[in-house]
Amino acid sequence: MQIRFLRKMKKKTALAMAALFVSSAFLSGCAGTQASNSNNDKNTIKVGVLHSLSGTMAISEVSVKDAEMMAIDEINAKGGVLGKKIEVVTEDGASDPAVFAEKAKKLLQQDKVATVFGCWTSASRKAVLPVFENNHGLLWYPVQYEGMESSPNIFYTGAAPNQQIVPAVDWLLKNKGKKFFLIGSDYVFPRTANKIIKAELKAKGGTLVGEEYTPMGHTDYSTIINKIKNEKPDVVFNTLNGDSNVAFFKQLKDAGINTKDLITCSVSIAEEEVRGIGAGNMAGQLVSWNYYQTTDTPENKTFVKNYKAKYGQDRVTDDPIEAAYDAVYLWAAAVEKAGSTDVDKVKAAAKGLEFNAPEGKVKIEGENQHLWKTVRIGEVQADGSIKEVWSTPGPVRPDPYLKTYDWAKGLAN
Amino acid sequence: MDIYILQIFNGISVSSIFMLAALGLAITFGLMKIINMAHGEFIMIGAYAAYIVQNFFTQYLPASFFNWYFFIAIPIAFLLAASIGWVLERIIICHLYGRALDSMLATWGVSIVLQQLARSIFGAPNVDVKSPNWLNGALLLSPGLQLPYKRLFIMGMVIICMLIIYYLMYCSNYGRKIRAVMQNRDMAASLGINTRKIDSYTFAFGSGLAGIAGCALTLLGSIGPTLGTGYIVNTFMVVVLGGVGSLWGTIAGGLLIGTGNTTLEFLTNTTSGKVLVFTLVILFLQWRPQGLFTVHSRSLDE
Repeated sequence: MQIRFLRKMKKKTALAMAALFVSSAFLSGCAGTQASNSNNDKNTIKVGVLHSLSGTMAISEVSVKDAEMMAIDEINAKGGVLGKKIEVVTEDGASDPAVFAEKAKKLLQQDKVATVFGCWTSASRKAVLPVFENNHGLLWYPVQYEGMESSPNIFYTGAAPNQQIVPAVDWLLKNKGKKFFLIGSDYVFPRTANKIIKAELKAKGGTLVGEEYTPMGHTDYSTIINKIKNEKPDVVFNTLNGDSNVAFFKQLKDAGINTKDLITCSVSIAEEEVRGIGAGNMAGQLVSWNYYQTTDTPENKTFVKNYKAKYGQDRVTDDPIEAAYDAVYLWAAAVEKAGSTDVDKVKAAAKGLEFNAPEGKVKIEGENQHLWKTVRIGEVQADGSIKEVWSTPGPVRPDPYLKTYDWAKGLAN
Repeated sequence: MDIYILQIFNGISVSSIFMLAALGLAITFGLMKIINMAHGEFIMIGAYAAYIVQNFFTQYLPASFFNWYFFIAIPIAFLLAASIGWVLERIIICHLYGRALDSMLATWGVSIVLQQLARSIFGAPNVDVKSPNWLNGALLLSPGLQLPYKRLFIMGMVIICMLIIYYLMYCSNYGRKIRAVMQNRDMAASLGINTRKIDSYTFAFGSGLAGIAGCALTLLGSIGPTLGTGYIVNTFMVVVLGGVGSLWGTIAGGLLIGTGNTTLEFLTNTTSGKVLVFTLVILFLQWRPQGLFTVHSRSLDE
């Protein structure tokens, strides 16, 4: 019975599996919000918001969406853009790059939105990039990333590598030690980021003692932690993304490793993620960003107050949330300056545009459509907030291809 | 030296997690022959049950009770998952006995429904379950050799679950009836066993075991609606490799896949380790499709 059952199952299972996958692809293509009327209402300007509201990335992206909605509401309350209210079409990328591409196409072709605010992972950005270029759309991408990209149809309001990773490695080499262990999720951002870090370590006298990647959503780090214990690095540079961080830090702490023996520096963990990981599991660890909830500017005080008032006192603001908020304001300012929502006119108007953001002054660099940003290294506190321990004196010019760094030659290809 | 001992410990620990996740499936798939794609969602239900119990303790009971919430969470996770499993069996699964393919499609649909339900109730972002204080930290054998209490605790849970299952299946009247029904339904029915009742209890028991696994998983990572999907492939692999229908098979399958995974991960890296384990399992099943252990019976179609 057993044998026959299994044999019979094998063939039929394959068939049924195929049917499942086809149907799921079909479903994800069709499901989602219904197409709203494609002819734009004369009194509103339609914009798209495209983030993962479900799946493994929802932990991070939902609050970024909230920040964008807040900025849009604020602008609408002041009368909107060009005298018109902004109308939002929200889509769920479902933590799946293929769904992101599908939904981006829908936003541009069916809803004919003026611009889209969206994406978090580089995988999702890379998936929608050709859609935006082919349909001549405009995407505002709010998250730090690995660089080596500058699409004419994307504005990058998060950090380029020279505004986050490169200065962090520099600072760690000077202050924490030379032996580095790299750990990341297995996709484009961690792999490219680590390529940059390896080149920098080589040029500046650091040593690499290990490099590990785990699939997205991986939850057992016992073996990797054992490898880390064995190599005794000074610094673990962490580019894990999403829920894996929770498992990694919980298990790191359980393995009896404390921050005196070994420090981790993360570039994908901000206040929002610290909350999910549990501040107790991360206290004393380092992160590198351009903005913290504790950043001391008058704009930030208002921003934090409004965000908490709107979404609840237990909510926190962090770098991608702030960058997403800035993106909406920068787009609105560019549209006002251009007097139109036309993509080419907005792009031309955006060059050199300045904005007093919660993180301090930011400026759009015309050459590569990234922002000038201040770099800040912070330490996670026991209450989950992040305290700044070092910062650059002022905004740093974005250099996504690291052209101004000698050791980075050849990385861009 | 420490590192190798620790690695063996990690292997056993991961095996124990796979075993715990696969025990329920060994019953619903192994014994009842239902390709239960919703097994992962029962794990997820158990995890959320632990989350609910934790929240109840932090909100309504004095802080000193918090340390013991986990002992309440385990039976509640079992009962919640078992009762949802029971309802499911009564409504859907009972029409699908002997139709392996249909059961796969139907339970796959159920798994999507349950995931969406969790998303609607608890929200899309993952939630964190705080471990009781006495489970934090590690047993210190030497400076380099620390065995986390959580992992030891999970191993203990697996052993207890195994003993209970062994007792139920092989030493109790109920277990004799289950085995009779699964081996020859008509004969069992003609001997006066209420096979409908046995079916629903057995499915509920298997689902409940998945709930316990979910409760244990809250110790290691965060909890989300898609928690179960990460385990479903491994659990099926454990049951199929071990031999469908055999409890010893599930133990052996769990041990082989768990230690195989960690050892190969240690020697190569995470992704290659997984690929190698998959390849080895496929090769093994080509050679021995019935798995490691087979159940001998006198059925004519064996």
